Parts: sequence; structure tokens; C-alpha cells
Amino acid sequence: MKGNRITQRFSALAQEGKKGLITYITAGYPDLDTTARLVKTMVEAGADLVEVGIPFSDPVADGPVIQQASARALANGVRVKDIIRMCADIRQKSTAVPLILMTYYNPVFQYGLESFARDAARAGVDGLIVPDLPFEESEELLGHTDHYGLALIPLVAPTTTEKRLAAMAPAARGFVYCVSVTGVTGAREEIHTDLAKFTQKVRRHLQLPCAIGFGIAGPAQAAAVAPYCDAMVVGSAIVDLVARAGTGDPAPAVAALVKDIKCAIEKCA
Amino acid sequence: MSLPDERGYFGSFGGRYVPETLMPALEELTAAYQEARRDPSFWQELEYYLQQYVGRPSPLYFARRLSEHCRGARIYLKREDLNHTGAHKINNTIGQILLARRMGKKRIIAETGAGQHGVATATAAALFGMECAVYMGEEDMARQALNVFRMRILGATVVGVAAGSRTLKDAMNEAMRDWVTNVDTTYYLIGSVAGPHPYPVMVRDFQRVIGVETRRQVQEQTGRLPDVIVACVGGGSNAMGIFHPFLEDREVKLVGVEAAGCGLETGKHAATLNRGRPGILHGSKSYVLQDEDGQINLAHSISAGLDYPGVGPEHSYLKETGRVVYTAVTDEEALEAFQLLCRTEGIIPALESAHALAQAVKMAGEMPQDAIIVVNLSGRGDKDVQTVARALGGEG
Repeated sequence: MKGNRITQRFSALAQEGKKGLITYITAGYPDLDTTARLVKTMVEAGADLVEVGIPFSDPVADGPVIQQASARALANGVRVKDIIRMCADIRQKSTAVPLILMTYYNPVFQYGLESFARDAARAGVDGLIVPDLPFEESEELLGHTDHYGLALIPLVAPTTTEKRLAAMAPAARGFVYCVSVTGVTGAREEIHTDLAKFTQKVRRHLQLPCAIGFGIAGPAQAAAVAPYCDAMVVGSAIVDLVARAGTGDPAPAVAALVKDIKCAIEKCA
Repeated sequence: MSLPDERGYFGSFGGRYVPETLMPALEELTAAYQEARRDPSFWQELEYYLQQYVGRPSPLYFARRLSEHCRGARIYLKREDLNHTGAHKINNTIGQILLARRMGKKRIIAETGAGQHGVATATAAALFGMECAVYMGEEDMARQALNVFRMRILGATVVGVAAGSRTLKDAMNEAMRDWVTNVDTTYYLIGSVAGPHPYPVMVRDFQRVIGVETRRQVQEQTGRLPDVIVACVGGGSNAMGIFHPFLEDREVKLVGVEAAGCGLETGKHAATLNRGRPGILHGSKSYVLQDEDGQINLAHSISAGLDYPGVGPEHSYLKETGRVVYTAVTDEEALEAFQLLCRTEGIIPALESAHALAQAVKMAGEMPQDAIIVVNLSGRGDKDVQTVARALGGEG
């Protein structure tokens, strides 16, 4: 994993004593040109890592906002290979931001595990998150992602036991995605999980940066979550802005939200 | 048969493909089920409810007039339609509710397509005083209004699902989202031999009673095992239940019947094993109807109970090993068989079961008169009469 942009970015953040901001966007919603533009917008507004969601028809870990965005993207005909190509374009046009693909297992499985890892890595993608692939089932994919230098990032939940954390440690790459709530993606008013206890438990077993995601709606929550993690993920709140923009340009609103959150967590760091 | 293995695999099919949040719950469920499975008192209690409440054993009925019509093999019907609530689904819901109670769960969730599993779950929840929510696609709610009403009368909350195809597949997604959110308090009662391990093996074990009884009854009535057993396959629980006790009897031909809908070539069907390929949906690796990118295709069948783009992983395994042959029957053929059984035997079958019947009728004509076919009549057709009336142009 040496030289991986994810690892480099987290080391840089740690050296500066800063918390990272990971932003998520559903690819192809409303279209791939907009997605590519929004990635650039988010990076310029301060995103430290970017997650690009490959839409899936049956996203059981997602709440209504991402579910609807995925359905719309698929209805518009977005294809996996086009999303990977878009990532290559983003990478060529400069940015050094770590790019992470997030999708469910079936699209990866149908693409072919090795082909997917190879094509994603060649496109300049740095990591992969598969929410319906627990570590028990990930061995084969991990072989390919390791081979091509793609970090297979594990998710852990408040329900994850110490025993499971210990067992998944050897298969964890990049950073740990700590799901802040028992539930699906989506902005929430409050996060009831004891994040201090949760992240301490995770850190005892996994020697990787911790990112907290699921439910972070805006600057206030981001500031509240920041003390417990190395980075946080904001997804549905951004996708919701894209939905609200309708036929208009979502970029200004997305840029404003990313800036606000970035500002809120930097003060805290 | 020692399948599935420890990780829930039947050959290369099965496993657990769910969000991490649910993994500890699946581990807990597996442990609880293994413990219950070894406990004779668990099975005694289940046996009590199956006999005294469900009405088991269900008869194995020789359909004389139907057989005469076919001019071939003798057709026997395993009368799961005579169970309380009118389908085989109740065998499994009673089993799982007893397990949920052992685990101290108070809230039950389920998903349903045709409504039979929803009704069976609502029934079992009422019987044991548990809170119950049933997810159902809005399209299915319209097709199966009678069952929606039955669930409500039984005290269940029916939650309409407007996403996607608004059928069983999307109801299952929504039930999983509920489970991810309420996993500490809630038991997810899956109605078919699908989903993540241990559901496929657990539901199979609870449905095996169909095959165990059939085996005994057919030997008592005919002095031998049947030549063919036919059952419909959506998710595949009634088929798995009747097939399983016969898997080692190589002389018994096992035939699973999928819904060919408007025809296999039209793309409007639910014939997962005939036209799908291996993939991952709803927590396990199995055959799936999907496009090149792995996006799940919509299934179509006149029967809401078969309208599902996935199938239980053990069926995928049995297809690949060749032990079970999987065919498909169109909406039109199922409707014909539906009417045929009504008129020859005075039995109104579920449209799901009518698929199995249609296949049996086709086969019977080509077999000698001393041959024996058993058809799993998985459910009764009260819920389907309006669908049939519409399909037949109102003359139903």
C-alpha cells in the first residue's frame, strides 16, 4: 500500500494536526459531466478525499436520498465502465485528491473482480468501499485489490464486536469507515452512538485512520464528530443539494456546504 | 447432506453479503438456531403448533379426475393449501417465531410478495403477541388487496414500498433497511430459502416437513416412492421443503418450475435459474436476473409470489449439480392449469402452484399410467381470483 494517495493524505493531515473531510457524490446523477464537475468543485472547496458512488439498483445500505439518486442515474443509463473512465479523466486533469469508489458487490462481481481492480487502479482510483461485502467474503477481491494497489476499505458499525474487529484487522486497508449509527446512509438531526467509546474500541484493533460517516448533515455535527476521528464522510447532505438544484447548477450550493463543514472542523482540530 | 458448510455455502452459492451492522445479528441468529436445532423441546413445541394450529399433516390427495384428463401418470397433490392461512408459508413462520421468542425479540418484520408470507407472519405474530410490520411493494398491494386486509385485521402494520419495481424485491430491500436500523430489537423473518446464511438452511429445515410427510404418505398409499415431484420456484421455499427429503433418492426426478411470464424470449419473466446468472442479491450469492453491469432486472409473472429476480442459493447449487431440473411455465399455461384444477377437482390453486400443475400436466401425458407424479400444491387461490378474473377478461 506504499505510495497510495489515501495513506499519504492521512499522514499529511496528521502532520498538520488536521481532520480530513471526505465527500461523497453519486456518479451519473444527474449526469457524468456534472459529477466530474462536482468532484472538482468539492476539492476546490476543501474536500481532502472524494468518494464516487457507482449506483446500484438495490442499495440496501442507503437511505432515500442516495437510493433515489442511484435510481435516477441508472434510469439515465450510466454504466460502470463510464464511471471508471470519468475517474481517469479527473485524475488526468490534475487533481491529486485520493479517489475512492463506493459500490455494492454485484456490480464489481459482474465486472470481474480482477478486471475491476485493474481498471480502477489504472484510472487512478485509490480505494474501494463495498458496504455489502463483510470481511468474511472479501478474501478473493482483496487479493486483486492488493495486487493493483487499490485499498479495500472496511466498514465497521456500532454493533461490530471486538472479536470481529480483531478478525478483520489483517484485511483492513487505507482507513476504517466507522458507521456512526445503526442504520442506513442519510442526514440525521442527532447521532446517539457514543462515538468516543466506539472509536476507541475500533482503534484498539485496527491501526488505521478512522473516518466517521452516516448521518453527518452539516457544520455543527461535523464539529461535534471531529474530536473522535481522523476524517469524516459527508454524503447524503451533498447528494440532497444536487437533488434540490433540479435543472439548475448544484455546484455553488455544494461548494458552500463543503466550505462550511471544512471551516467547522478546522477550528476544532 | 451436510450442506451448507459453516459459512453458509451450498457449493459456490450462499454466504453472507450484508452490511457490517447486520453481521453480528446473523452470528447471533446462527448460534441461536444451532442451539434450538439440537434441543428436542424446540421441535416438540413446533410439532405441537404444526399439528394443533396449522393442521398438519396436510393430505396427499390422489387427483383422479385430473389424472384421467391427462391420460397418463397418476397425479397426487400435496395439499399445503389446506394449512391454516392457506399456504406452506405458515410452517416456516411458526418455526421462526418460536426461535425469535427464544431469542427474546419482541418485534417482527417481514417482506411479502403475494401476501401469503405476510399473512402467515402476521398470524404467527398475533399468536405469540408480538409487534409486526410487513413490507410490501405497492404494485403487489394493489394485486393482493385481500391479503393486505387480512394482515391488517391480524394486527400487523403493512408498509407500502414505492421504490423500484414496487414488488417483492423492493420490499425485501426496505425490510433490510428496517433491520439495519432496528437490529437490536427486531427479528427479520424471511419467508423464503433466500437471504444471508442462516436463512436458506433454516427456512429449508422448517419446510422439510412437507417432503417428510409426502415421503411417508406416498409410500403408504402406493407402496413406493414417486417418479416425479414438481414444485413451483420463486424464492423456492415450498420446492426446497418437498425436494429435500428426496435428494438422495436418485430414482425420484425433481422438477422446479419457474415463471416464464409472457415467455422466456420476451424478457418479461421471472425465470431466474433458466435465464439468470450467478450474482449477489439480498445477502447471498445465487442465480440472479441482471444486466451486464450487475444491475438487477425486473421480474414479471402473473403470480406476485413468483415475481422475484433472485432464488434461494441451494436451488442454484441443485441446478449446477443437475439433481433438480428447472423448467418454466408461462402466465397463459398457468392460467389454463388453474382452471383445469378448478373444474376437474373442485380445488382453486394459488397461481404459484398452478405453474407446478401446468408442468405436471405436460409431463403426465407423456408418462405411463402406473407412473406417479406428486405436485406440491403450495397454496390456495382465493387471493388470486381477481387476478384470474382480470386475465380472463372478467369472466372468472
